Amino acid sequence: MAIKIVKDFKSEHQAELNELSFTLHMIKHSPLTILGVGIVSTLVMLAIFAPYIIPYAEDAYLSIHPERKLMPVSFEHLFGTDDMGRDLFSRSIYGTRISLQVGVVVILVAAIVGVVLGGVSGYFGGVIDEAIMRITDAFLSIPSLILALAVAATLGPGLNNAMAAIAVTWWPWYARLVRGQVLQIKQELYVEAARAMGGGKLYIIFKHIMPNSLAPIVVNASMDVGYAILTAAALSFLGLGAQPPAPEWGLMISTGRKYMPTRWWYTTFPGLMIFVSVLGFNLLGDGLRDLLDPRIRRKGRVKR
Amino acid sequence: MLVLVVLIVVTVTFVLSHVIPGDPARLYAGPHARFEQIEKARTELGLDKPLWEQYAIYWIRLFSGDLGMSIHSRRPVTEDLMDYFPATVELTTVSMTLTVIIGILLGIVSALHKDEAPDHASRLYALTGVAMPVFWLGILAQLFIGYTLGLLPISGRVDAMIELIYPTRRITGLFLVDSLITGNIPAFISALSHIILPTLTLSFATLAVVSRMMRALMLEVLDQDYIRTAKSLGLPDRLVVYKYALRNALIPVVTVIGLAFGYSLGGAFLVETVFDWPGLGRYTTDSIVTLDYPAILGVVILTSMVYVLVNLVVDVLYAYLNPRIRY
Repeated sequence: MAIKIVKDFKSEHQAELNELSFTLHMIKHSPLTILGVGIVSTLVMLAIFAPYIIPYAEDAYLSIHPERKLMPVSFEHLFGTDDMGRDLFSRSIYGTRISLQVGVVVILVAAIVGVVLGGVSGYFGGVIDEAIMRITDAFLSIPSLILALAVAATLGPGLNNAMAAIAVTWWPWYARLVRGQVLQIKQELYVEAARAMGGGKLYIIFKHIMPNSLAPIVVNASMDVGYAILTAAALSFLGLGAQPPAPEWGLMISTGRKYMPTRWWYTTFPGLMIFVSVLGFNLLGDGLRDLLDPRIRRKGRVKR
Repeated sequence: MLVLVVLIVVTVTFVLSHVIPGDPARLYAGPHARFEQIEKARTELGLDKPLWEQYAIYWIRLFSGDLGMSIHSRRPVTEDLMDYFPATVELTTVSMTLTVIIGILLGIVSALHKDEAPDHASRLYALTGVAMPVFWLGILAQLFIGYTLGLLPISGRVDAMIELIYPTRRITGLFLVDSLITGNIPAFISALSHIILPTLTLSFATLAVVSRMMRALMLEVLDQDYIRTAKSLGLPDRLVVYKYALRNALIPVVTVIGLAFGYSLGGAFLVETVFDWPGLGRYTTDSIVTLDYPAILGVVILTSMVYVLVNLVVDVLYAYLNPRIRY
């Protein structure tokens, strides 16, 4: 009995299973994608379990240990200690929590705003399209870090304000991307067919246009999480993002700079965390693009 | 386009800065000001008028080149900007020149050796280049090249001693140019040694982006029919690459330069903070601390105008270089 069910399942889903094994095959043959997936999943684990795995849990926020101030790298303190005697390894690991949260929330907000405005713009066209596109033009013609800086400065220092500022500079990219996708998909035969069969506007948008324009959004979003982390760290470094005693990487670099020539570990390790995270999301996005792009998929298949 | 950009920047920042709590008048009057003094400062800054009136006044002033008074330096913002802007121009220009030249060369090499060692190396560099926080890279450069090896100065534009003994006459505000045209060799050498680390730091990420774009453009051109024709006619590889492919690949590079300029401008703000470079970036960081809205607004308006202008020039240049486009 049981064997029969398995057999049915297998023959019924042969196409999907082939797809899946091909996907796995592609991942297996791309060491950089594996590295990206490895880094990102490690970061996620660290972010979730940070309070339980860091050796000095009380050091994550405010605690003062004058007896172990600015200690160099050792077995007890893998990344050394800072000017308040806090363990920098614990703080760097805990910082993953803050940075991942920042990256994901910022990109989620930017992507949602961008998808809605871009979708409306592309689907309805006309005056609405014109208006939305001119606004994105204006946003995109200001260097993004400077715009984020201006918005963050006017909102006042603080991590939430910095996140809002980054989201403000990021949504136009998604609006553009989604609009292009929608314009292209709108003309596809299957959309025309759905319309001819009496499909309503909402039905077409949600059933046909949205799912088909998802791939590039996902690819971009996974890369952008890294860049959002980078921008947030930059704003914190300038004093506009996270405020002490938060264990935010950019902020740690900014305070560590005061102890620079001799206490090299103070700035080096938090920076390394930023670098590795951005790299991880970048590789993940790169890998996803290759996996989700049907043209590259087909090419890979022929090669095989 | 320029008008629209300025309109949006001004409106967005103006509205935000006046809706958010925080009292610039109190800051302007100082920490121990009495109530009457704060009120006086408020009238002086025009903050007691209704919001729409302040907005209108801001626009009228903007048209006459008046960006208001800076709260922390107590000077007109326009004057401040004129003092700080040349340093930023110097830094971004030197860095962009370096980026474009090396980026194009790197792009060509990796396109010609696609999927070989040089290409892999440049891909690896591109991946690390964009992931590296520019302010961290600057600090690492200071640590290893500045402190450990003691090769180059790590902050400022020119040596204080040199500036005392051989003062540079300000003509353009660009130290490299000023010292050179006045024949002030010691100052020139000092300025040059000071600009190397900030420039390299600033170029690191931009170079990664430019070289990758150049590679893609070059590969696209190498795939064209006319290249195949040239090859099949038996023309030497060198001629095909440098005469037919490179010329056509270079046209879109102009656009890349426009984009890269935006990265550089943003990055310059961070690099200036790290290397204590007295440009717009450092001026902005100082303004942030004091909630100096006129100053911040001034910087944003200036930089976005410069950026839009550069891209306008790029568009015109593109049309000029590319005979297939004629407006």
